[in-house]
Amino acid sequence: MTLARHVGAALVVAVILVLVSIQLSSYRDYQMAEVAAYVVAVAGLTVLIGLSGQISIGNGAFMAIGGYASALVLIHLGWPLEAVFAVGAVVAALAGAVFGVAAARLRGPYLAGATLMLAVALPTIANQFPKQFGGDQGLSVSISTPAFLGATFPPTRWLAWVTCAAALIALILLANLGRSRVGRSWRAVRDDEVAAALAGLNVARLQILAFVVSAACAGLGGALLAVVTGIVAPGAYTLTLSIALLTAAVLGGLGTLPGALWGSLVLVLVPTYLTNVGASHGLSSAASSSVPIAAYGVILIIVMLAFPAGIQGGLRRFFGPATATPLTALFRRTPVSEHQEEGPS
Amino acid sequence: MNDGSLAIRDVTVRFGGLTALDDVSLTAAPRKITGIIGPNGAGKTTLLNTACGFVRPQSGTVTFDGHPLTGTRAHRLAGLGIARTLQGVGLFKGLTVAENVMVGATPSARAGVWSALFGLPRSDRDERRLRERAMQALAEVGAADLADRMPDTLAYGLRKRVALARALVARPKLLLLDEPASGFPENELPELGELIKKMAAEAGVVVIEHRMDLVMSVCDTIFVLDFGKLIAVGTPAEVQADPAVTAAYLGADGSERTSGEPPPVQEPPGPGAERAEGGGPPRPGADHG
Repeated sequence: MTLARHVGAALVVAVILVLVSIQLSSYRDYQMAEVAAYVVAVAGLTVLIGLSGQISIGNGAFMAIGGYASALVLIHLGWPLEAVFAVGAVVAALAGAVFGVAAARLRGPYLAGATLMLAVALPTIANQFPKQFGGDQGLSVSISTPAFLGATFPPTRWLAWVTCAAALIALILLANLGRSRVGRSWRAVRDDEVAAALAGLNVARLQILAFVVSAACAGLGGALLAVVTGIVAPGAYTLTLSIALLTAAVLGGLGTLPGALWGSLVLVLVPTYLTNVGASHGLSSAASSSVPIAAYGVILIIVMLAFPAGIQGGLRRFFGPATATPLTALFRRTPVSEHQEEGPS
Repeated sequence: MNDGSLAIRDVTVRFGGLTALDDVSLTAAPRKITGIIGPNGAGKTTLLNTACGFVRPQSGTVTFDGHPLTGTRAHRLAGLGIARTLQGVGLFKGLTVAENVMVGATPSARAGVWSALFGLPRSDRDERRLRERAMQALAEVGAADLADRMPDTLAYGLRKRVALARALVARPKLLLLDEPASGFPENELPELGELIKKMAAEAGVVVIEHRMDLVMSVCDTIFVLDFGKLIAVGTPAEVQADPAVTAAYLGADGSERTSGEPPPVQEPPGPGAERAEGGGPPRPGADHG
């Protein structure tokens, strides 16, 4: 029932996406593929933060793991694309499990610090092993359009189809999880760890599971982005990427899957749009390339002031109950000692 | 003892220089209501925290149904058949009332993470079953009509009912209730008393409570603590007649109190104590665990 509903919705969206992609220019198709890759990574992060109540400023590192793992498999083993994407997700999930064990012991700002370290440290490993990872230059990844589509079929449209299909599958699985008792348990742990444990929930296990899911999504997102951009290199997975993912999740509305889409759209479309606007108004390339960064900050401030629960939270306010979590809620967790002293008095 | 009773033997707990519990023993029999009373800071909550493994005693043992409990991790308690409510409310504010209670029933869920991930019918069936059980528990505490409300929109007393339902839904063998009556409207106290008695039909109940009329009317056995020491044990009538208890509540030994705090504000427990006292604000640092 749950599965049928989610798959049905995804099929409708898939048909719409195919129809849209046929209308779009090859550059827009490319952007569509980019959005699809980011949606997966941002959705994983929004589940981690909004549902399980843990924060990560380091999911760009899991994207790097997924990107490199899938690139290596593609280059050296030549596996089919589905398998390549699966490898990206699985390898990142394993890394997420290892990191999640440590993360389950950390809270709020401390967890933020630890994941930040991951984002800074991990991509530099590629430079240490230039032979395997291609050093600063990275590895180039290329996939070919299948023959049955014909020689004139635009490659970026194929990329858009592949990435959107992968993204929809990932979103179906996340929606299943979110609606199940796992999602409910995550939200319980987020709201009150002590009460959740007393209700019989294994808090640490649930927190690790959330990290694994989030890392798997980041890994798949990284694998998708690798085939979209055609390259995996340390420069693509900087701290900026991790922060951008976090910004997109917060902007879209934490804990909501549609919010991940809104955030990713902003992440991909706004910078290029504004750079173009800047350039067409006669700004120098240096000036016009800094316009998006400024605009990004302005958008973030405005959305956070007007809709603390993000874009999806703002939409829900008009169309239904808001379920997105404000970011500030994460830093107001209930310590154990509070329970034992609080009373109605 | 393998009969579902909680046995605390010679437990001593110290927090730094403060002795919170001094050689305390307590037995809570199955299907009986055991009360723990005492002035603020007497160590009641610490005793409950020790009973459920939150606090590790310096000496002494805690067993339930024959299993040692000391050092048990909190989430294992539910599996052992122990449910505990918190002194506050401890509801999950981002979940509806029904979802809150469903969380309490989650340990009995059969479907695993994989069937949840793929949205298998097995997981859906599980969800329906959990929801039915949650609705049943809500009906038992008289809160069935609140199922779709958010906890923050409810009055304090109603939230306490929901918290009770969350503890009940797991069908525990032992219920530890930390001040269930706090925040309950005066006129609903008799109903709460009946509810607690009903719970004792299936489980052992241990209750910490300030409202003396409630304690005296529902408990089978009462343990009285004062400054971490057990000063009296008995039926409500026996405890009320005990001069040591009266002295503790009236602060007759006030001259011996070293910290210079004002005597506790509770009414002396007696037939005349109809006017239930909610108890003053907790003495800072005295009752923490």
